[in-house]
Amino acid sequence: METIKKIRGRAVVIPGDEIDTDRIVPARYLKAVTFDGLGEALFYDERYDARGKPKDHPLNRPEHRGASVMVVGAGFGSGSSREHAPQAIKRAGFKAIIGESFAEIFFGNATQLGLACVTLDPEDLGVLAEWVRANADGEVEIDLEAGEVRFGERVAPLKIPEAAREALLSGRWDPLAELLESAAAVRRMDEKLPRPGRPGGYR
Amino acid sequence: MSGKTLYQKVWETHEVRKLESGQSQLFIDLHLIHEVTSPQAFGMLRELGLGVAMPKRTFATVDHIVPTDSRQEPFADPLAQTMIEELRKNTRDFGIELFDIGSGKQGIVHVVGPEEGLTQPGFTIVCGDSHTSTHGAFGAVAFGIGTTQVRDVLATQTVAMPRLKVRRINVKGELQPGVTAKDVILHVIRTLGVKGGQGYAYEYGGPVIEKMSMEERMTVCNMSIEGGARVGYVNPDETTFAFLKGRPYAPAEDEWEAALTRWRGLASDPDAGYDDVVEINGSEIAPYVTWGINPGQAITVEEAVPDPEKVPEEEKELVREALEYMKLEPGKPILGQRIDVAFVGSCTNGRLSDLRQAARVVRSMGGRVAPGVRAIVVPGSEQVARQAEAEGLDRIFRDAGFEWRYAGCSMCLAMNPDKLVGDEISISSSNRNFKGRQGSPRGRTMLASPAMVTAAALAGEVVDVRQVLGVKA
Ligand code: SF4
Repeated sequence: METIKKIRGRAVVIPGDEIDTDRIVPARYLKAVTFDGLGEALFYDERYDARGKPKDHPLNRPEHRGASVMVVGAGFGSGSSREHAPQAIKRAGFKAIIGESFAEIFFGNATQLGLACVTLDPEDLGVLAEWVRANADGEVEIDLEAGEVRFGERVAPLKIPEAAREALLSGRWDPLAELLESAAAVRRMDEKLPRPGRPGGYR
Repeated sequence: MSGKTLYQKVWETHEVRKLESGQSQLFIDLHLIHEVTSPQAFGMLRELGLGVAMPKRTFATVDHIVPTDSRQEPFADPLAQTMIEELRKNTRDFGIELFDIGSGKQGIVHVVGPEEGLTQPGFTIVCGDSHTSTHGAFGAVAFGIGTTQVRDVLATQTVAMPRLKVRRINVKGELQPGVTAKDVILHVIRTLGVKGGQGYAYEYGGPVIEKMSMEERMTVCNMSIEGGARVGYVNPDETTFAFLKGRPYAPAEDEWEAALTRWRGLASDPDAGYDDVVEINGSEIAPYVTWGINPGQAITVEEAVPDPEKVPEEEKELVREALEYMKLEPGKPILGQRIDVAFVGSCTNGRLSDLRQAARVVRSMGGRVAPGVRAIVVPGSEQVARQAEAEGLDRIFRDAGFEWRYAGCSMCLAMNPDKLVGDEISISSSNRNFKGRQGSPRGRTMLASPAMVTAAALAGEVVDVRQVLGVKA
């Protein structure tokens, strides 16, 4: 599978802390049996008014079109476990999110999709956000191997849990293949552990 | 050598192996699925040419999108119909048991699991829904997962997970009359913060929790995720076992005794080592209401809405944003805040005891739902509905002007037609007050216990339920 070592691209800042998954993808967009087209739903209620007219939102500004790095605040992705949130971000063309902190389920979901979520300390993050606002056409580089975010003249140390870093670097961010390898051990565990149902196994 | 926590014991018996990433491959005893987060997972499975590894460890129901005003199919919303058909097809194709509409077992997935006895102590339980932590009330390790992980569990009956730390939360003292489990968890979240639980499993204990019924424990565990903790649990005890005895999928006959022995050994050892311990004084808790846009922004009914000028610097911005959205006046008491909508239901508070609590308030207050207020009661499952009807609770609600609905998630997330309109303000027994959560991008939500919601429905404004019940000192 694809290894993810460096991500480079233009960025956009989504201001605010505690942005929950209901805001990232409003619940009505969950009514579909596939994730197709979800990129359009990204931050829908914040980007468009009730009549579908675009509002002033960073994602609507022409200078940020085609951005692949999202810069966010603290507690990003809190709330529901809907994978629709990172799916929408990925499908809207983003490859990485830089923030102060991420909600746990969101972080896990994003990593499994190969969407890198890294954190900077608040000061560096503030400088980055300023820089992105002033340099819409500038590129931000996230180097997972070196553990750095680079933009303009600045180099800021990034943080990412080791397991996630390892998963992205080795291309094992989607763990399914690895999980399938232990099928025999899993079957033995199934024999040993109690199951929901009546004596003799299942009903 | 210190002893082990329940979390540790369950982890050790379910860890298949360490993965290269450092995460663990964890065996899943019970997988619950619903119509919203599973179809994409089945799609991925088909694309990969994989089957369902252990279909008998997976159970399905429909809850998020089902209309609660009518069960007539096809539903008014064709997309809802499609999603339910898709689940019917997927469960049929892969041999998974589905608790479908009208089966008598349909309902919110976190209400149905315990009700059927599927949820058992020591189980690892996952579901594509963050409130899966509810099942922790039984001493299970239960957590929400994303859709790609739903695929993983379907394909392998395992999931890749990092191990969590464990924080023990001791709720001491005694709850005052009129104070409910909902108030306890809102108090915990307010105290520890909405991010306080990140990286932790919460173990709730102490006299207040021990005295709680299973339904109350479920309310507490349900909202763990709102405090940032993916897992919340209570050590199983006699209350747990009594609840499970005789449930359709619980161990029966000669298996029951063996299960009891197994379950008794699961509780955290008295000398277990915790990563953190927090003490909460239960005697100080009063009925809560949220004033903001996350569940940590909660105050007791005796307090005033915070003033952004008077809070610590780092909170100013959040408070300002919340008040602007909620259109509440800083410094004004929450008591007397007018409401448009009242919602009793959800996986937090849609169980029989919650409906009884609400009905008791109707009976003691008398009168009807206040003019201009829309009030709905949505039972958490078909079984809850049946029991409530047998006790005549539906009549009490209907006679007082509440709508009595069919089982589902309803206005908790408003994926069905039950929605706020414009900037309506609701008081809701659900678990999330996020911007836009109840279906209108400008809709406003105040979270509270079913008793507080019902009292507000009748009064047309936030009132102190203890006064209504005549229990306030
Ligand atoms: S009742 Fe609400 S929180 Fe619970 S499962 Fe349904 S939508 Fe989710």
